[in-house]
Order: sequence, then C-alpha cells, then structure tokens
Amino acid sequence: MKYLKILYNGLVKENPTFVLLLGMCPTLGTTSSAINGMSMGLATMAVLIASNFIISLIKNLVPDMVRIPSYVVVIASLVTVLQMFMQAFTPEIYKTLGLFIPLIVVNCIILGRAEAFAAKHGPGESIFDGIGIGLGFTIALTMLGAIRELLGTGRIFGAELYSDTYGMLVFVLAPGAFIALGYLIAIVKQTLKI
Amino acid sequence: MKKLQSTLPNMLIVLTVIAVVAAAALAYVNSVTAKPIKENEKKTLAEGIDAVLGVQGAHVESTDTIKDEKGRVASILYQTDKGIAVQAVDHKGFGGDLVVLVGFADDGSIKGYTILETHETPGLGSKADKWFQADGKGNVIGRQAGELTVSKDGGDVDAITASTITSRAFLRAVNAAHATYSEHE
Amino acid sequence: MAYLLIFFSAIFVNNIVLSQFLGICPFLGVSKKVDTAIGMSAAVAFVLTIATIVTYLIQGLLDANGLGYLQTIAFILVIAALVQMVEIVLKKVSPALYQALGVFLPLITTNCCILGVAILVAQGTYNAQGLEPNLLTGVVYAVSTALGFGLALIVFAGIREQLALMPIPKAMQGMPIALVVAGLLAMAFMGFSGVDNGLAGVFGL
Repeated sequence: MKYLKILYNGLVKENPTFVLLLGMCPTLGTTSSAINGMSMGLATMAVLIASNFIISLIKNLVPDMVRIPSYVVVIASLVTVLQMFMQAFTPEIYKTLGLFIPLIVVNCIILGRAEAFAAKHGPGESIFDGIGIGLGFTIALTMLGAIRELLGTGRIFGAELYSDTYGMLVFVLAPGAFIALGYLIAIVKQTLKI
Repeated sequence: MKKLQSTLPNMLIVLTVIAVVAAAALAYVNSVTAKPIKENEKKTLAEGIDAVLGVQGAHVESTDTIKDEKGRVASILYQTDKGIAVQAVDHKGFGGDLVVLVGFADDGSIKGYTILETHETPGLGSKADKWFQADGKGNVIGRQAGELTVSKDGGDVDAITASTITSRAFLRAVNAAHATYSEHE
Repeated sequence: MAYLLIFFSAIFVNNIVLSQFLGICPFLGVSKKVDTAIGMSAAVAFVLTIATIVTYLIQGLLDANGLGYLQTIAFILVIAALVQMVEIVLKKVSPALYQALGVFLPLITTNCCILGVAILVAQGTYNAQGLEPNLLTGVVYAVSTALGFGLALIVFAGIREQLALMPIPKAMQGMPIALVVAGLLAMAFMGFSGVDNGLAGVFGL
C-alpha cells in the first residue's frame, strides 16, 4: 500500500513534466517521435532508479556540507555508465538522442529527487519513487512524442495512419514542440484537476 | 546509524572515496564496453558498404583517405573484393556536415548510396535518405555522377521539395565521391 | 569572415534555446521580468565563456591520458567549481556586479546549456562553418551562443511582462500559455533558417 502510494505520487501528484515542470530540455528536444520520447524517458528512469537507490544507501555516510558534490559525482558516473552501455548495445538510439544523454546529469529531476526523497527515505521506498517519477516522465515524453509524430507525419510509433503529405510539419520542428507541450500540459491539468 | 559530522577530515575522506569508487567503476565499464562499441562502428560501415554495393559480406581490402587543404578528411575510398565504395562529405548542408557513402558499378555509375551523417531538418532535408533512391522522385541510381545538379541550377535531378540546399549539398557530396573514384581508376 | 558566420548562425539560425532546446529551464523559469532576464543572461554569458575554455583544455588532458570516458564527471565538477569560484571572486572584486548576478550564479550549475556547449566544443561537433574546430572557434561559438541565449530570454521576458496583464483562460494560465508563446517565438526565429548559407554566398566562402 505504501509503495502504491509512492508510485501514484510520482505518476500523477508530482508528475515531473505536468506538475513539477522539471527536465524541460529533454522533454522538448527528444520528442520528435514517440519512440524517441520513450527511449529518453526510459534512459532517464534507469539513471533515476539507480541514483535514488545508491544515494539512499550512502546518505548517512555523506556529511551534509559535501552532500551535493557527492550526489553529483554519483549521478554523473551512472550517466556515463548508461552512455557507454547504450553506445555499445543500442547504437541507433544512442545516435538519435545524442547530446541529450550526457545532459541527463543536469536534469533537475534526478538531483531533485535525490535531495527531496532519497536523502530522507530507505532504499526500498527510494527505488519505488524512482520507478514512479521515472514512469511519469516516460509517459509524458511518449505522449508528447506520439502527438508530435501523429500531427507532423501521420504516424505513431512508425505505423502510418495517414499520408505524411497531410502532416503539419511544424509539429516535428522546434516551434511545434513548445506549442504541443503547452496544450498538453493545459489538457492534462484540466482533466486530472491537478 | 548516525549521520557523519561535517568535519574537514570526514568530508575529505568521503569525497575521495566516492571519487575513487566512481572512477574505478567507470574504468571497468569502459573496458567491458570498448570492444562492442568498436565492433558496432565496424559493423555499421560494413553494412553500409554492403547496402550501397548491393552485395552481401563485402570484404574491405584497402582504404584510401583523402584530405582537403585544411587537413580535414574529405573522402575515404573503400576498395573491397566486390566493388568500390566512397565516403564523401559536404560541409554546406542545411545544418552543417552531410556525409554520404556511395557505391560505384564497374562503369562508374552509381550503384547505391546511404547517408552516414546528417543534421538536416527533420521532415524536410532529412528525406534525402529515400528521395534519391531508385524508387524516389530524384532518382540518381544508375546515373554517371560528376556533374549532377538540381533542376533549379540547370541540371536534371529533382530537388527535395522545399529543401534545395540539402539537395545541392547531397549532390555535391556524391559528385565529390565520384571524383575520388575516378582519380583512383 | 567565417567567424562572423559562426556568430550569426549561433545567435539567430541555430538559437540555443529556440532551436537546440538547451537551457530551457532558466528560459521558462526566470523570464517573468526583463530585469532578472538581463541579469541571468549576463551570468550565463560569463560562466559559459570561462567554462568552455577550461573544459576544452581539460578534454585535451583527458584524451592525452586515454581517460575520455571521464568527460561527463570532469566537466560537471569543473563547472560546479567554476561557478563557486566566480561567485567568490566577484564578491571580492566587484560587489556591485555580485549584487546584480549573485542570485543567478547557483542556478547556473544545472543549466544544461553550459554543459551542452562545453561538450559540443570539446568534441568539435558544433557547426564551425567550415573552419577547423579549435579553441578559438570554440570560444567564438560559446560567446555567440550565450548572446543568443540572452536575446531569446530577454525578448521572451518582454513578451511575458505584457502577457501578465492579459485575461487568459484558466487552463492555459501560467506555463501552458508561456510555452505557446515560446513556440511562436521559435517560429519567428525559424525565419532566419538558411540565412547563414546565403551570407556565406555573399562573403564568397
């Protein structure tokens, strides 16, 4: 029950994209298609779960004054590990996401959760918080990616729904990212009343 | 367990330990992934060469790298047992460098091409990977490269709709690849 | 002349915020007032330029020792330390400037346009307009990028000041309408696309 609550909290109540409005750079930069958005979300989730877990384990060993630098080193190492694994085993995705993979380090969601949750809770709860927030982020990115891909090219996850001759190209380009996200946030907030 | 106090020795020890552990972990992961990463690069190139030559399992016998006057790699010629493929770059694409790999038939006509690196606009210039193929609107397969230009510049290749700059860059790269190929012959 | 092209292209054509999506957090976060936007832009320009030079040199050191995989860790620590140092030095040397920029400095460490530009310059994967990517072109690129960031931020803040006075449907208030406005601004900047190629032709490059 406690774990379910943590999951719900990350997915809805503290959804990083729709409610906390954190991590906007990858949200806008990598969502030109549903699959790209989902890959970015999952990559971030992997780092988030691992960093939440490790930081909740070492939280008592780290003196308060060097807390932030220590956490940053942990997160940066995890991101580098992820970067190397992606380069080795999923080179296609690595190429598409490009610069945004090392930039997971400065994604405020990760350091934010380390400070706000992992530094105060046990390892089990911290993992669930990572899953909840990570899933919330992944779902938001996949939704935005799917909307942009559908409106821009007539496809969802690469499956053609209508010819891309009728696509509104602007949604694949930079301006469409901002506009689509703006309306998506408004719609989600209005429907969920959050 | 009680939290460690923020004394100078404590802080120094903790930071050093974390840094050392992190560096060691990264060194280990790097040693594990270095080999697959290298193999991936090789495989991507090998698959590209197979695709542009329309063959299976072409074996690269020798390579010849040509640099421009600024010392940058301009083109690389891959001599394989099943034909010749040339990689060439154009720096004036819409978003910067555009790198193509072109396979040549024995008579010097274009057998196939693939795009290795592109920063063109998604949905516009990025269509170049399909547009110039045999079933695309700007088909260049089977043509003699060297003087290929888009119809706007007096040539006979149809440019990608709304992406003339990308099309020009692409054709310049293909022509450059052909130049490298003819010099080699 | 090619340096002018890098300059122009980084500010208008490939604007770091509106077309590269880096530095969105401060772009959305500190753009409610023009004054704070100017302060933030100045702080970013300052740190970005210094960070680019330092990280470029560090990358050289790492590569020389075969430690390229420590890039992310080294860069983020250098940037964090640099921000601290700039803060301390400014406090001593120019209290007036510290007063103006002080509050923004701690925010800069997690501004992804700093780390992003540092990595792009260190790898040489930015658009150097046909010049060789070295320290000089890197710095020109970094300064221009910072100016582009400032321009986007200040223009956006100007629009948002006006926006605050407008009646807006409840669901769109706050971030949603700000994002839509940012989208329109990005669309305006798209008008510059291709201009760098045209200029290159004019300069005869």
